Amino acid sequence: MSLKKVHDKQPDNFEFNKKNSEEIDIILKRYPKKNKKSAVMPLLYLAQKQNNNWIPLAAMKHIANLLSMPYISVYEIATFYSMYNLAPVGKHFIQVCTTTPCLLRGADKIVKLCKEKISPKENEISKKGDCSWVEVECLGACVSAPMIQINDDYYEDLDEKNTSEILESLINEKPLKPGSYRGRKNTSPEKKFFTNGEKHA
Amino acid sequence: MEKNMLKEENKIFKNLYNEYGWRINDSIKRDDWKNTGSIISKGREWIINEIKTSELRGRGGAGFSTGLKWSFAPKEIGSRPHYLVINADESEPGTCKDRDIIRFEPQKLIEGCLIAGYAVNAHVCYIYIRGEYLNEGKRLQEAINQAYEKKFLGKNACGSGWDFDIHIHYGAGAYICGEETALLESMEGNKGQPRLKPPFPALVGLYGCPTIVNNVETIAVVPTILRRGGKWFASMGKPKNTGSKIFCISGNVNAPCNVEEEMGVPLKELIEKHAGGVVGGWDNLQAVIPGGSSMPLLPKKICDTITMDFDSLIENKSGLGTAGIVVINKQQDIVACMARIARFYKHESCGQCTPCREGSGWMWRILDRVAKRKATYSDVNLLEDVTKQIEGHTICAFGEGSAWPVQGLLRHFKEEIDSRCREEPLVKKKINNPYLVDQHLLENKNA
Repeated sequence: MSLKKVHDKQPDNFEFNKKNSEEIDIILKRYPKKNKKSAVMPLLYLAQKQNNNWIPLAAMKHIANLLSMPYISVYEIATFYSMYNLAPVGKHFIQVCTTTPCLLRGADKIVKLCKEKISPKENEISKKGDCSWVEVECLGACVSAPMIQINDDYYEDLDEKNTSEILESLINEKPLKPGSYRGRKNTSPEKKFFTNGEKHA
Repeated sequence: MEKNMLKEENKIFKNLYNEYGWRINDSIKRDDWKNTGSIISKGREWIINEIKTSELRGRGGAGFSTGLKWSFAPKEIGSRPHYLVINADESEPGTCKDRDIIRFEPQKLIEGCLIAGYAVNAHVCYIYIRGEYLNEGKRLQEAINQAYEKKFLGKNACGSGWDFDIHIHYGAGAYICGEETALLESMEGNKGQPRLKPPFPALVGLYGCPTIVNNVETIAVVPTILRRGGKWFASMGKPKNTGSKIFCISGNVNAPCNVEEEMGVPLKELIEKHAGGVVGGWDNLQAVIPGGSSMPLLPKKICDTITMDFDSLIENKSGLGTAGIVVINKQQDIVACMARIARFYKHESCGQCTPCREGSGWMWRILDRVAKRKATYSDVNLLEDVTKQIEGHTICAFGEGSAWPVQGLLRHFKEEIDSRCREEPLVKKKINNPYLVDQHLLENKNA
């Protein structure tokens, strides 16, 4: 359970746009008719995507009406799961994994860089550019540690030098490409690091 | 006792690093979807028996027999439909195998879903994938669409006469949703809080209907087992710990990687042959977490000889879990590492059961004090007591998962912990210790 604060400036109204309304019809078809409540998580994602990556309370009320759920249940779900942002985040939203496997390979240095380059505090939008960062728990790319997620993409095998390049590129609105920054093929072992020259199977 | 490495021809996931392409036409070349229709036509009994012969144990952590689990599903469809749910909510620190299966071997998973769905009488399958894996989910959806185009899914899937549909459901960043009943709660549109068992999901699961929940890797190996025979799978590994398994080797190794190996491979061989060895050499090893963060760590003495399978790790009071191997060398502060894991559990506790909700925070705070050399000897006794109070007193296995790593630390690194502690001060200074709030958040004042 994470501590989350609801944003103090809330819009009065929220409506899904036409494209997303069509998307909702597709989503609802996935679940049995009497269990349309199941669609609450995908719908919250849609609302988040439509509203610059955060969910206003009005959207929760709207979703509650759509799925005939009590508003409080939708609120409960939006606050339970850590991926729903209840306050505005930067256009480039950086999530730094700091759980043990990443920590062992230097995630703390990446946190330090974020503090220097973006903002000293988590969830605060940077003065230069439109970025914000947050520490998160394991993102499930442990053999590519340390890694960060920027919006939807994983940036893997980082070190201090290329992390600061990536962060600079976001501030200057010319984002670098996601993927491994040691140039390796996905999660395969890198032979150059085998000291005794043993051949890999 | 050198063991031979897993032979290339016995590897199930040949495209683990995406060397041969992930698209359906590429994977058909690797024998995916070969004779799927005729496998299904052999009937449920045959499929389940073959899986039982293979002695496949679930790859999600608990290691329960897959054939047995499938046989719990009611034999006939009653008034309620059956469901198959695939657990792709891979969030265990140290584990990233399912991500590669979804990215590079999606057809194995999809074919496995069809066969498993048929075996447990399910027409609908949901794949619950963690929200962070958005790109992986898109890839999987593309792979599913390709399978529909080839008529491998949908009405009369693969010419088997069985109608089968697969839907993807995204999670939203909750570790606890990897627990099967929490996953079902989450899918039903509730908070992900585990249910009491029994009734087990096989009888009362998703929407109150019979549901079989399996891990991605478990399902993805099924087609290959059925094509090559349960006996082939059982011939690899050790008795009762058969087959091959993807190991994720991370932490202080020279070449961290995912690798498929036989079960029962010695840990030392796995690290030295596949991951380029420990940074600073084998003698620089401090400890290894053998199965994802929930499993107790092993000190170097045990790592020298241990083999990686369910039973031998249980003998050493640890477990294979998800086979996420986290290597910690002597340059690392072991207490700080475990304190970070304790913080993970504090953050991810769903808050349903008091011992876990409160206890996970207690464990983190005490370990944090030990790491900062501010703890007293009585703190350490308290820590041990807290782990015992959590273990076995919660609805789901999260309680054990959070208490075991701390118990492992206390078991193997007691001296290290004691050396950082001091006597209780005679005059107690009143410290402002706000126990009920998240201290790490207080530090940055932007909770």
